[in-house]
Amino acid sequence: MEAEGVSSATPTEEMNGAGNLMDFLDEPFPDVGTYEDFHTIDWLREKSRDTDRHRKITSKSKESMWELIKSLLDAWSGWVVMLLIGLLSGTLAGVIDLAVDWMTDLKEGVCLSAFWYSHEQCCWTSNETTFDDRDKCPQWQKWAELMTGHAEGAGAYVLNYFLYVLWALLFSFLAVSLVRVFAPYACGSGIPEIKTILSGFIIRGYLGKWTLLIKTVTLVLAVSSGLSLGKEGPLVHVACCCGNLFCSLFSKYSKNEGKRREVLSAAAAAGVSVAFGAPIGGVLFSLEEVSYYFPLKTLWRSFFAALVAAFTLRSINPFGNSRLVLFYVEYHTPWYMAELVPFILLGVFGGLWGTLFIRANIAWCRRRKTTQLGKYPVLEVIAVTGITAVLAFPNPYTRRSTSELISELFNDCGALESSQLCDYINNPNMSRPVDDIPDRPAGPGVYNALWQLALALVFKIVITIFTFGMKIPSGLFIPSMAVGAIAGRIVGIAVEQMAYHHHDWIIFKNWCRPGADCVTPGLYAMVGAAACLGGVTRMTVSLVVIMFELTGGLEYIVPLMAAAVTSKWVADAFGKEGIYESHIQLNGYPYLDVRDEFTHRTLATDVMRPRRNDPPLAVLTQDSTTVEDVETLIKDTDYNGFPVVVSRESERLIGFVQRRDLTLAIKNARQKQDGVVSSSVVYFTEDAPQLPASNPQPLKLRRILNLSPFTVTDHTPMETVVDIFRKLGLRQCLVTRSGRLLGIITKKDVLRHMAQMMNQDPESIMFN
Amino acid sequence: MSCVKGGFWSFAVAAVVTLFLLDVVGFAKAKNFEDVRCKCICPPYRNISGHIYNRNVSQKDCNCLHVVEPMPVPGHDVEAYCLLCECKYEERSSNTIKVTIIIYLSVVGALLLYMLFLLLVDPLIRKHDPYTQPLHNEEDSEEMHPQVDNAQARGNTVLERVEGAQQRWKKQVQEQRKTVFDRHKMLS
Repeated sequence: MEAEGVSSATPTEEMNGAGNLMDFLDEPFPDVGTYEDFHTIDWLREKSRDTDRHRKITSKSKESMWELIKSLLDAWSGWVVMLLIGLLSGTLAGVIDLAVDWMTDLKEGVCLSAFWYSHEQCCWTSNETTFDDRDKCPQWQKWAELMTGHAEGAGAYVLNYFLYVLWALLFSFLAVSLVRVFAPYACGSGIPEIKTILSGFIIRGYLGKWTLLIKTVTLVLAVSSGLSLGKEGPLVHVACCCGNLFCSLFSKYSKNEGKRREVLSAAAAAGVSVAFGAPIGGVLFSLEEVSYYFPLKTLWRSFFAALVAAFTLRSINPFGNSRLVLFYVEYHTPWYMAELVPFILLGVFGGLWGTLFIRANIAWCRRRKTTQLGKYPVLEVIAVTGITAVLAFPNPYTRRSTSELISELFNDCGALESSQLCDYINNPNMSRPVDDIPDRPAGPGVYNALWQLALALVFKIVITIFTFGMKIPSGLFIPSMAVGAIAGRIVGIAVEQMAYHHHDWIIFKNWCRPGADCVTPGLYAMVGAAACLGGVTRMTVSLVVIMFELTGGLEYIVPLMAAAVTSKWVADAFGKEGIYESHIQLNGYPYLDVRDEFTHRTLATDVMRPRRNDPPLAVLTQDSTTVEDVETLIKDTDYNGFPVVVSRESERLIGFVQRRDLTLAIKNARQKQDGVVSSSVVYFTEDAPQLPASNPQPLKLRRILNLSPFTVTDHTPMETVVDIFRKLGLRQCLVTRSGRLLGIITKKDVLRHMAQMMNQDPESIMFN
Repeated sequence: MSCVKGGFWSFAVAAVVTLFLLDVVGFAKAKNFEDVRCKCICPPYRNISGHIYNRNVSQKDCNCLHVVEPMPVPGHDVEAYCLLCECKYEERSSNTIKVTIIIYLSVVGALLLYMLFLLLVDPLIRKHDPYTQPLHNEEDSEEMHPQVDNAQARGNTVLERVEGAQQRWKKQVQEQRKTVFDRHKMLS
């Protein structure tokens, strides 16, 4: 009830007096303190506004019972928002999983008994499955079988091939046209943009309702079309959209951009939580990779949101295995010290893959951004899908969905596995328990599988570079993990066979006696996946936690850590930035990275505006400017704020006023307040200035004045200034010398200066 | 206007969440008979070929002795045979799958219809009243302030309001399209 009441209190209604229930903000006109599109927020101001609001509620709550209840509800609203986010993002993830499962199989055939079943679900209760052909049942028919009646033969193969490509093209075409028509912001992975938004940038509509709807719908289409992309990154975006949606229910969050970002940080954690079924990994991912400002309170809330989301997804049970992901593994075979060598080699591979991927993908995206290629987004998607589908179908490891591939690669070969990868030569006269199978020689199926996997590896490496960044929702976690898992499995089988055939070698002598189960190729696949993911995203802690939540085994932490750290070292040696930072830089988002260091010896005076030969700084005086002067100033300049000084002679600083607030206040005063005309004096002091009686009524604007703008002296080193901007989240900082206002440094100036120092084009940074 | 829209959205979301919760809770209790299975995979043994047994039994009965029927080996060999078999108990909710796929398909269908409407029918309708369209564009061309929009959107009838909201939304999408597809400012 209460939530509904709050949700309807939009600015408009408040203006009309209908929303006076929540009108405690003491703001006589709407939109003060909001920001325009592509602007950056002032964290300090948002924080102090929230403190004010909080103080007001606390003092009011002593007045009456009703106010007390309202203050309690306000205190609880944060947790309510988390609960709602968890429920909705868990549900959406379940919907996406189920729909992807069905649509992926739709490319190959259809379930005759109930069209909504995927292949596995169709044969779920069937008793016609045989030991040799485990997933064949009469209810499930491939398209060729359905159309011509022949399941085998060249004709059926060609027909299936053709229809597979056709369905893939249809799905990706639908996805790209829905994105184009309804929500262009729904394309891509979304994590670079969310990082930028969380660092305090406004992109209106990026977390909107249409984006949420279209991203959810097209994500299913994109993943089922068989393109080399995953759903994990976009799920973070979807969860953040949910967060934004529920923020609008509570004025505490909808009116304060700083508070809203706390909710979004927690939503990102819920997104990863459902994407990987790793609640703690999700919280750490949000902390390590996405968030900018992450207080302890947000940590607890993220934890709660991640928990609720994981629980919701678990109760939907999309994979029918009571797990949150398709590629959950259960094996607890130990590993040996000597195996660290191949693990570290996999880490090196992961780092190299990360470097290659980032370089090549950024080069391709730059080409898309600047050349003719970018003019044909639909055609590009169709072409890449066509190539992917045509090349993927002949190879059984690329034909199926990437998640299933990873799942098979992670799996340990039990005695009853039917897949080609588990075609080992069994010793017929060895009676054994099911669990502990010794190392066996590889059969022809395994060698065959190795060839196909090697081809799949090359194919995945190449096609992923061209896929990531197309105008459809696309994440890169799954393709990266697939690359690593394939490489890891190949290495794992190689080590296993070496250990079997040469167990008299000195390295194998100690840990691998004949008849023992000493090498688990599935573990190598897992380590490889972690290494490749680490190389691309440069995650370490959250990555290891995600991987070990996937496996549920604590004994593999050391191998995973070794691989993750090695891959980070190797990748960092070639370039500091991960894929998300690179994309932020490519697009020129105003993102002030907390991680890189500023080591140049420049001073605030070198960066501040106005420069040496520029006209002087545009300022307002505290009690001698007229409304007309202010309006001309606003019209003639495009600055986002103006310092207020005592007088033009003394230039002593009073405060800072935002352009948007000034525009709105004057416009509002002209409409509502009697006696305010062009020649009215604007004053920022406590009391109205002494004016002759003939003058029109003055306009008091002290309310919108920020009395505590941040100032530094002109000899402050830029190192310190950059640190202040990063840690406090400033939007601008004024430069003074012995109390006199000299100039101003904005976040844009800082970013441009940093770009210049790193020999990049400072004009590429997007900023208003 | 935005409050009408916001209310609609939050209602829709609440409906979806409730539906799923009901679905999940409801069917977790009354399990459909085809939603539970115990699957035993038995490898070849002596001269018996491998076989898959699939039965609908409760979790505690999910073992080789209850599921493998008829037992292919004589009494004294049952234990050895059963040691090789691997039994797994699994659950699913066929109703959730059905409802989800049908909802998903209807959403995609609705979006496709709306897309076709916007691309094909809408321009034809718009052609008939050439006065309103250009006026509309000039009025809120660059600087769009919420007040202006709201004053405009506060039409008399529901239809007018919806119309106004749709116009504003279209403009936003157009702006986004320009940013992403034409200027390549974002998301490239």
